[in-house]
Amino acid sequence: MSERIIRNGRVVEDTRQLVTLAPGADPAETAVPAGAVLVPLGVWRARRDELLERARSGELGVWIDAGEDVSLLADDLAALRVIGVHFPRFTDGRGYSTAALLRGRLGYSGELRAFGEVLRDQFNYLTRCGFDVLQPRSGRYDAPALEAACASIADFTEPYQHSASHPQPLFRRARRGTPSPSHP
Amino acid sequence: MYQYDSYDQQTLNERVAQFRNQTQRYLAGELSDDEFRPLRLQNGLYLQRQAPMFRISVPYGHLASRQLRKLAHLARAYDRGYAHFTTRTNVQFNWPRLEDVPEMLAELASVEMHANQTSGNCIRNITADPFAGVAADEITDPRPWAEILRQWAAYHPEFAFLPRKFKIAFNSAREDRVVLRVYDIGLDLVRNADGELGFRVLAGGGLGRTPILGEEIAPFVAWPHLITYCEAILRVYNRYGRRDNLWKARIKILVRALGAAEFRRQVEEEWRHTKDGPDTLTVEEVERVAAHFAPPPYETLPARDPGFESLLDADKAFAGWVRRNVREHRRPGYASVVLSLKKTGSAPGDIRAEQLDRIADWADRFSFGEARMTHEQNLALADVRQADLHALWLEAREAGLATPNIGLLTDIICCPGGDFCNLANARSIPVADAIQQRFDDLDYLHDIGEIELNISGCMNSCGHHHVGHIGILGVDKNDEEWYQVSIGGCQGNDTTLGKVIGPSFARDEIVGAVERLLDTYVALRHEDERFIDTVRRIGIEPFRERVYENRVHKRKTVHV
Repeated sequence: MSERIIRNGRVVEDTRQLVTLAPGADPAETAVPAGAVLVPLGVWRARRDELLERARSGELGVWIDAGEDVSLLADDLAALRVIGVHFPRFTDGRGYSTAALLRGRLGYSGELRAFGEVLRDQFNYLTRCGFDVLQPRSGRYDAPALEAACASIADFTEPYQHSASHPQPLFRRARRGTPSPSHP
Repeated sequence: MYQYDSYDQQTLNERVAQFRNQTQRYLAGELSDDEFRPLRLQNGLYLQRQAPMFRISVPYGHLASRQLRKLAHLARAYDRGYAHFTTRTNVQFNWPRLEDVPEMLAELASVEMHANQTSGNCIRNITADPFAGVAADEITDPRPWAEILRQWAAYHPEFAFLPRKFKIAFNSAREDRVVLRVYDIGLDLVRNADGELGFRVLAGGGLGRTPILGEEIAPFVAWPHLITYCEAILRVYNRYGRRDNLWKARIKILVRALGAAEFRRQVEEEWRHTKDGPDTLTVEEVERVAAHFAPPPYETLPARDPGFESLLDADKAFAGWVRRNVREHRRPGYASVVLSLKKTGSAPGDIRAEQLDRIADWADRFSFGEARMTHEQNLALADVRQADLHALWLEAREAGLATPNIGLLTDIICCPGGDFCNLANARSIPVADAIQQRFDDLDYLHDIGEIELNISGCMNSCGHHHVGHIGILGVDKNDEEWYQVSIGGCQGNDTTLGKVIGPSFARDEIVGAVERLLDTYVALRHEDERFIDTVRRIGIEPFRERVYENRVHKRKTVHV
């Protein structure tokens, strides 16, 4: 089954399947389907050796939840080409720090996908923190609404801060204004 | 004051366009209430049953005359002719229609103002000393630093959905005038042994249901690291602050749970990676921003103006106002004036549109076109020539802005309370009014002397009742308004949280309780001892005894 997602600012079709862990389920026993998948951090950690080749090819990605520590993936980043970050609620801002750490601290350059409660009005902040794939909850936006939503990625053109999208803060990348005596 | 460049203006215009689009989509049914809520809150808009509320940011309290006039215009065009000044140097309007808010934001943007992040779980308006740049006890001007941090905090992509609201203040003088220890981050401008400028960093302060004073987590962070150090604190908080319980989500709970030492260790570990990175401040950027706060073109004046001196002798009422409402200035021949928004009969912090216009005119004529808000909910003109004080006083008196009560009992800090705010458990303005009415006699007020009485309508503590010499907190008991009284709280360098004196009072008892507290003080004080000093010397017990002595219980006493 295919979903519409936003990749690098454009709507595309995507078939990657999300694997979730039922409460109490054993990560070592969880079925991992063939094809493009995103598996929970727990499954990855339990079966890293078995899944490593699929990760290296980009077929298999790992997703981490809002409360999970991204540093647990630090040693795997050379192998991983797809990482997902789950937003259980759109007001849960932990995923932004996860992305900032992955891009800034850990130097991860593969696909970084925001999924779950991912809304248009956070697209600008999400992309600035380093998410290049935005996957709103299935059914949240119809096709025209998702196309229109891409515009929100560019809500701010010259943000003040340094972030994944802007390697320098504004005061280092622009010649800023000085006071003018004629100012009212 | 700071003037926007094309980047500031463009970014703000984009913010207005963003919210206009969001409002349109909300009204068209494309955004749910829950989805729209944080968006409107971060643009200053509360929607409440009785009255919506729109909160405008005044960064570090500075207002240019044209901004005051814009506020007056908004009060007339969109509200009922007045505005409310808050303890966090924000301005609140009460009856805007949602449909009008994008236009109000556009009007504000035209004078370099906004309502960014005045609510919601994000970095809020940053406050600093209202007498920045003119105070004699200043170590250095905090405004460039506050402006630099304002820009860093504005639309920060990583910190827009924190566990809870986040407030930052700067202290820059020997006397703390911002209540630094009640902030999520308190930045105390200091010089180290080598004379280098930096910040003593406090974290984990806050009032609310669980009042906690901030703890020092770094004795000295050199100025280039202002942003990276704050970012490290915010990142630790964003990742590890509690999100399961609204009442335990502030950073103060995290700092207390970890302990200051462990919190510091985590911040330092985080900072190790970002220190000296791109966010490290440059001399050029600091000088660029500081140039906006260069001193105004002061005249060279004698230290004491002879005309002013003779008017002080001739006009007792003028002299009384000068004694209470006029402060020393760093420059010879100048003074800072505090215009009181605490006239008996009007709600503390409220100001009418025509008063805003008058103050704008006085700012232009007497104070280089600027005014400053104080966290005590008054308005200051920082740079007035002594020679102009009498003319200003005459006009201010006529406009109802010259009540000579700064620092006295009737200079009450008070939140809007249950009359306006949905969060409130009880009304606070009628309590302030009753106290002001009862103690309106100037001689009595002067006899009581310096005292701070703070009123909050609920545990959110917008009226800073925890740090009032007398604090009054509205509580709801079985749908009745009751008031809990604490004493011994204090702001300033020795900030202290007050202690509750006992069972709460019904509304018609509260003025009597305050009167008994004052009577106790008058009976037991030493010469030249302020109320707070007496409380500290003898403790709260003598006050408690006398306040509750022979108390007639009209209703069942409710303990809280």
